[in-house]
Amino acid sequence: MLNKLRRELESTGSLSLDLISGIGAVFVFLILTLRYSGTSFQRFSLTIREIFYSGVLSLIIILVSGLFVGMVLGLQGYETLQTYGSSESVGVLVALSLTRELGPVVSALLFASRAGSAITAEIGLMKATEQLSAMEMMAINPIARVVGPRFWGGVISMPILTAMFIGTGVLGGYIIAVLLIGVDSGAFWSQMNAAVDVSHDVFNGLLKSFVFGLAICSIATYQGYSAAPTAEGVSGATTRTVVSSSLAVLALDLVLTAFMLKG
Amino acid sequence: MNRATLNLWVGIFVVGGFIALLFLAFKVGNFSSGNLGEAYGVSAHFDNIGGLKAGAPVKSSGVLVGRVVAIQFDTKKYDALVTMRLDKRIPFSSDTIASVLTSGILGEQYVGLESGGEPEMLKDGGEVTHTQGAVVLEKLIGQFFLSKSQEPAEVSK
Repeated sequence: MLNKLRRELESTGSLSLDLISGIGAVFVFLILTLRYSGTSFQRFSLTIREIFYSGVLSLIIILVSGLFVGMVLGLQGYETLQTYGSSESVGVLVALSLTRELGPVVSALLFASRAGSAITAEIGLMKATEQLSAMEMMAINPIARVVGPRFWGGVISMPILTAMFIGTGVLGGYIIAVLLIGVDSGAFWSQMNAAVDVSHDVFNGLLKSFVFGLAICSIATYQGYSAAPTAEGVSGATTRTVVSSSLAVLALDLVLTAFMLKG
Repeated sequence: MNRATLNLWVGIFVVGGFIALLFLAFKVGNFSSGNLGEAYGVSAHFDNIGGLKAGAPVKSSGVLVGRVVAIQFDTKKYDALVTMRLDKRIPFSSDTIASVLTSGILGEQYVGLESGGEPEMLKDGGEVTHTQGAVVLEKLIGQFFLSKSQEPAEVSK
């Protein structure tokens, strides 16, 4: 009995230690990436290539999801607000929920599964096929050459994708509420205009997405770089990237929201 | 993929991001009314500010003319000291009346200004002396019941 309890405690302890050392390792790797990220800006074409793969190729899923999220918000918001006779406020509802929460969080989750997993798989495969070791043999720092551009490409893409997500979301809400249901167009825009504050809502939302971008890209590059150099290791690392960066995004969102609402 | 096409796509991506940002700043948000440009500060004492918050609009005849900057408690007069910044292009007379009003029934609270007839204008750092605090719903209901309870007594006389 006592032995069993002891074993349970031991496994809980080792899990906690693993979690803490995992977070620590990601941070150490992030600092290492930042230290060697000079190359990403001196040879900016490397970063541009990664912006293309993380940002431009994620556009379709981001824009389509934004449109549908905005449309659903418009429909649901209209249904509820109609009972209170204030269906014009649907614009406020759509814009505020998108700029404050849904825009940054949903686009970060999509980005983690679309671009984060790709970054992990790419770096992991490079490691498995010993390309990273080959670079080291040629005195090329793989963190500066491979990790840095991918990291910065993702970090730069994330706020741009979020801005586009929010923009298409608002347009989706407009399509449903104004064009299909027939809410007054002037009231829709003017109430939204009065309620949304640029620094408090829009820039805070984009600041959130920048932080999410940092978190996702550091987790993705770390998981790829530390993956076991086998097919199994790479697939495990890809899964871990999606799971832990999604959790990190949601946890960071709570912390950031608490700070932003206080200010 | 060659470098020129890559650059083109990333360029389109970045420009699209800027367009989205401009759309959010000007169409969705209110970038123009957020900053007033040149402004002057005035203060006012209120017996009760209700739910007024820093950053609340200051309106005259329903038009936005400024914003509430700070709300403090004055320990000398034991009332609320509200500091506002008003648009420099809109001068108000020194006997302006400031009151805490509510937009709609459940809307946000704002400061309403009504200019008086004095030729002298409010200066930077000046004080609005004629003020009217927020209407407290409980007091209003209390007054209503008081007047109701007095009415039948007058009739019976």
